[in-house]
Amino acid sequence: MWLDPANPQLNRNGELHHLLSLEGLPAEVLLQILDTAESFVGVTQREVKKVPLLRGKAVFNLFFEPSTRTRTTFEIAAKRLSADVINLAINISSQSKGESVLDTVANLAAMQADMFIVRHAASGAPYMIAKHVAPDIHVVNAGDGRHAHPTQGLLDMYTIRHYKGDFTKLRVAIVGDILHSRVARSQIHALTTLGCPEIRVIGPKTLLPSNVDRLGVQVYPDMKQGLKDVDVVMMLRLQNERMKGALLPSAQEFYKYYGLTEDKLALAKPDAIVLHPGPMNRGVEIDSSVADGKQSVILPQVTFGIAIRMAVMSILAGN
Amino acid sequence: MKIHIRSGRLIDPRNGIDTQRDLYLAAGKVVAVGDAPAGFSANRVIDAAGKIVCPGLVDLAVRLREPGYEYMATLESEMEAAIAGGVTSLACPPDTDPALDEPGLVEMLKFRAKNLNQAHVYPVGALTVGLKGARLTEMAELRDAGCVAFSQAEAPFADTQVLMHALEYAATFGFPVWLRPQDPALAGHGVAHDGEVATRLGLPAIPSTAEVIALSTILILARETGARIHIARLSSAEGVAMVREAKARGLPVSCDIAIHHAHLSEMDIGYFDPNCHLSPPLRSLRDRDALRAGLADGTIDALCSDHTPVDEDVKQVPFAEAEAGATGVELLLPLTLKWAAESQLPLSTAIERITVRPAAILGIDAGHLSAGAAADICIFDPKHYWRVEPGALRSQGKNTPYAGIELCGRVSHTLVGGNIVYEKNIIKNK
Repeated sequence: MWLDPANPQLNRNGELHHLLSLEGLPAEVLLQILDTAESFVGVTQREVKKVPLLRGKAVFNLFFEPSTRTRTTFEIAAKRLSADVINLAINISSQSKGESVLDTVANLAAMQADMFIVRHAASGAPYMIAKHVAPDIHVVNAGDGRHAHPTQGLLDMYTIRHYKGDFTKLRVAIVGDILHSRVARSQIHALTTLGCPEIRVIGPKTLLPSNVDRLGVQVYPDMKQGLKDVDVVMMLRLQNERMKGALLPSAQEFYKYYGLTEDKLALAKPDAIVLHPGPMNRGVEIDSSVADGKQSVILPQVTFGIAIRMAVMSILAGN
Repeated sequence: MKIHIRSGRLIDPRNGIDTQRDLYLAAGKVVAVGDAPAGFSANRVIDAAGKIVCPGLVDLAVRLREPGYEYMATLESEMEAAIAGGVTSLACPPDTDPALDEPGLVEMLKFRAKNLNQAHVYPVGALTVGLKGARLTEMAELRDAGCVAFSQAEAPFADTQVLMHALEYAATFGFPVWLRPQDPALAGHGVAHDGEVATRLGLPAIPSTAEVIALSTILILARETGARIHIARLSSAEGVAMVREAKARGLPVSCDIAIHHAHLSEMDIGYFDPNCHLSPPLRSLRDRDALRAGLADGTIDALCSDHTPVDEDVKQVPFAEAEAGATGVELLLPLTLKWAAESQLPLSTAIERITVRPAAILGIDAGHLSAGAAADICIFDPKHYWRVEPGALRSQGKNTPYAGIELCGRVSHTLVGGNIVYEKNIIKNK
């Protein structure tokens, strides 16, 4: 299998071989995934929720970092495609015995794996794995460090398209801890590729990475200005360990200035939608009345997430 | 052994020579340049037609990995790599395990190196015990054992008061201190330059401020203590400007950069290439261009390889977890020639930065080929193009960012003390 050195996710035909990051993927590839997911949303609502696209294939959930939600949605998606799913929580098995990531992967590959779903605390780990696996194995990044969470970015795009249609007419705000967020990076790359003309990032300077404007976004330290007339508000999760320390003084102060309340949401367009990748910190980055309010599309995001992961896995298996 | 090096283009920057001239060697020394001394009859004639004859290279940072890291590299493998790269004198940093903080360790290293009879090894002693930044080492004892300077290598100096005392103590004896400017708190757990690439890749970042704040502390302490300071491995544009200004004010500081930083930038990390995980980090193109300009105008005195052979096991891990560093002693010459060619500088300037200038920083009589000087010589073919194949490098470390790159300039002969130690791909005195 020849992979493009300029973008090692693509094969010689420009088709997706691994899904590692949304950066550098052509719009056609993103739209193909969204369209395929649309056909699976129907499946997930049928009485018999299975299709045989991955029958006989072995999908390994390789989670080097704990996760319940993402792992579960990948597992459900793989099972609905009729794949055999093997879940491995590596942080409590071989890694604690000192085995290297590549040794773990080589051992699992020897068990006839067809696809690895990888989550790792270090940015770039899925690239390293993709570089070293046999050419017929596909790697899906399920979140690596601060770098990327491509299926989350895709399900967010699906949600936006579902409610808002055309990306080229939208003003989108991403709010919170941009610095540490792999979700924000994937959202930004997907939105710029899909032609969104105005992407705003909102947060205190301690949580904004340097040169973030080079990703094609506008920076708004003031949330009230940043939310003005936006069509989509994407909230990010604030990790517990960041709430008190040198980056932020307290969760209370963060909530006051960067938490999404009904008052602040009123500055956005009246029909603006609110997304959150979960799990939410109610009363820190988002108020319950907004999270459960009529503009929230947070639960549909989860449903679409399964369809997106089915789409990604079926496309990879078909290429 | 009397050797006649014939018909080569002699480049000896210290003596201002760049012309075709023969060299005559006897008893380990240069006995004549140009015309043969009366009655000279050579045991061996080396035909250097079409080649360049220059002083053996002096490399300010070659990690030999002994003691403690023999699984990564050994004295044997790295000394062979050095002479294959035309390096005849090298300084090794104290970041071994244990660190070079005791005279016995230094004597052992000198003894092992001398027995190999290849390049001259000049150990840099640890400035503090175990490089921990707390207790001073017995610097005078270490000097007597063979240390030429003192440094913390890559270990941070968290306590400025200890740093000041270390400089005062070194200044008492006139010992040079080599320091790599990096504020440990600002560097944190960073692994890449704090710029666009680290932002895109989500890598923990090291801002340039970590370098310039530490550098400003060092320059002020240099002025206050009168210590002889050498700034090692500068990486930022602002750092170059500060050193330029300090030199203009008359502060006796010298400065080097690793050759990688003259060619590579953060962009070369690409998709998390662990071979571009270096310390200091590769910075922006603007920083790289400022380093090249500083090298050209002499603000930066010397280029070194910052040779760091790393075991494959600790490079084949995610970028941030990979051990920093690149192998490079075999590439110092061609990469220096590449910099000079790209900067449209004469060959003699390139050679000066890797011979006479670093020799002056080390305080050794090397890096020139005057009559009477030790016959440490490098002969290379400046038109020999070759491709870097990591597997073909002699260093035990195959970790190079230049895999597959075509370079120009290849060593054909290396002489140390008048002995041919390397000739056309063969190590001679094994």
